[in-house]
Amino acid sequence: MTLRDIAVSNLRRRKAKALFVLAGLFIGVSTVVLLLSLVQAMKQNINHKLEMYGANILILPKTENLSLTYGGLSLGGVSFEMQEIKEAELDNIKNIKNAVNIAAVGPMLLSPITVGDKRILIAGVDFQAFQMLRPWWSVKGALPDEEGALLGADAARILGLTTGNSFKVNNKEIRITGVLETTGSQDDGIIFAPLAMTQELLGKKGRISMAEVAALCTGCPIPEMVQQISDVLPGANVMAIQQVVKGRMETLNQFEKFSYGVSALVLLVGSLMVLVTMMGSVRERTVEIGIFRAMGFRKSHIIQIILLEAAIISGIAGILGYLAGFSGTKLLIPFFAEGHGAMVPFNPVMAAAAFLLAIFVGLGSSAYPAFMASRLDPNEALRAL
Amino acid sequence: MKRIQGDNIAKHYGKGEAMVFAVKEATFTIEAGEFVAVMGESGSGKSTLLSILGGLNSPTSGKLMIDDIDVYALGQEERADFRRESIGFVFQNFNLIPYLTLAENVMLPMATLKGSRKRKRDAALHALNMVGLSEKAERLPSQISGGEQERVAIARAIVNEPPIILADEPTGNLDSKTGKDIMGLLGALNDYGTTIIMVTHNPEYAEDAQRVLRVSDGVLK
Repeated sequence: MTLRDIAVSNLRRRKAKALFVLAGLFIGVSTVVLLLSLVQAMKQNINHKLEMYGANILILPKTENLSLTYGGLSLGGVSFEMQEIKEAELDNIKNIKNAVNIAAVGPMLLSPITVGDKRILIAGVDFQAFQMLRPWWSVKGALPDEEGALLGADAARILGLTTGNSFKVNNKEIRITGVLETTGSQDDGIIFAPLAMTQELLGKKGRISMAEVAALCTGCPIPEMVQQISDVLPGANVMAIQQVVKGRMETLNQFEKFSYGVSALVLLVGSLMVLVTMMGSVRERTVEIGIFRAMGFRKSHIIQIILLEAAIISGIAGILGYLAGFSGTKLLIPFFAEGHGAMVPFNPVMAAAAFLLAIFVGLGSSAYPAFMASRLDPNEALRAL
Repeated sequence: MKRIQGDNIAKHYGKGEAMVFAVKEATFTIEAGEFVAVMGESGSGKSTLLSILGGLNSPTSGKLMIDDIDVYALGQEERADFRRESIGFVFQNFNLIPYLTLAENVMLPMATLKGSRKRKRDAALHALNMVGLSEKAERLPSQISGGEQERVAIARAIVNEPPIILADEPTGNLDSKTGKDIMGLLGALNDYGTTIIMVTHNPEYAEDAQRVLRVSDGVLK
């Protein structure tokens, strides 16, 4: 016979009360696990989707001039006689610490050309990389191979050209293989052509104007990656596309905060349930506790019995709560996160945290009833006889 | 061996005009190994006196010495240790824990002590054997009679082999034959040298004691 035996025997006898306490903690823990697992799975999902948005790091030549454009509106002073980057230097990006997070590097050579009587911008690009950098592109026709060009929707309209037509630049005839659907971006007014062909056409072999980088990031450090790329490209100005990064973080943070709020509320209700039930249990056991004290149980022994009971129930609630929350997440995630990237793997850290959380809440809520029980006057028990 | 000495022990409840004296300046000595009956009418203060003797109820004034220990000079926790080591209680209503078997009930006073489960169990079975209930060790209190419950309560009181047993009307809820059996048990324990202090209404049972203390309106005579 030990204090643990007394605690276990009491739980067996008062099954209904034990189940009530267990239910309170179970609901709290399973809700927390469910919400946090959902947040985790949705984070993965959102990250995956945001990665589909394309480039999130820009590499530009270093310049001392300020841009005089705002919202696509040119206010003059912008010159295309810009500094350029050596294309070969982009290979250095493969050596940065977070190279594994880089999904695509898209070099781009920009230059104005004249087609007919119209001045227009041509962009020499790596179409293979651009398929990752512009996943939203919808092409009527096909992407060019080594020759040919792809026209933005506005460019095609203004030039009066469409798929299958040709145009001449520097006496070279270029066939249009496809036209982009309207994107609502600067891409609409540009002619896209293969990088090598454009470099040859413009006499800028091995030179590029800029590069776009898509970083595959599930929480990867964009600012650090920007610094790492800057270090290997000292002649370039590397910057993160802040809107994408910040937007991503804000979305996740807001959802996470909401989840924490709901979790805290549910845990509070659960802990109040435990507190009230344990207080009731202590009141019911006044005589019993008095007898223990009369037999020579110290106050600390009474506290140990009550807290042992709470710990046993809390441990069971923690395990069951995690399993229920985990299963619930698996069931619910298809409704919250469509498409790929919403996985719910077994998370041993969260399982351990759920167990410890249940124990912490259970013991925390039982501390006051245990303290009250220990303070019961043994003489009161004798008087009650 | 434990000699009990009460010196001007008083206990009152309430204040001013509402003050009620449960025990008035009781001075007494109970020698080690004595069997003492405490008699008195209901509300006379005998149970209060017993709870004071058991270290459960601090007197308003006076001193209780058990051997050379001033019981109420001890802190609450030290007094709990003292009760565990020196005093066995037999309550009027048995007060067995309903969700524990008879053996577990008897083992209760040893729950806070170190020692193997087997040693504790052997001690409990020995105590149950002394009261003739070792065969029912695995039953619950609800599965035995009132007389048997009282015997289990006695087994629980003696399992730690305390030198003093305080019994509050141990025969109060029992029929005459069972009451006599219980008195026989207490007498046998006293023969082994245990000091017995028993509160009773029944003069017949009080005759089994070596000495009778009478309490009337809180005054010990």
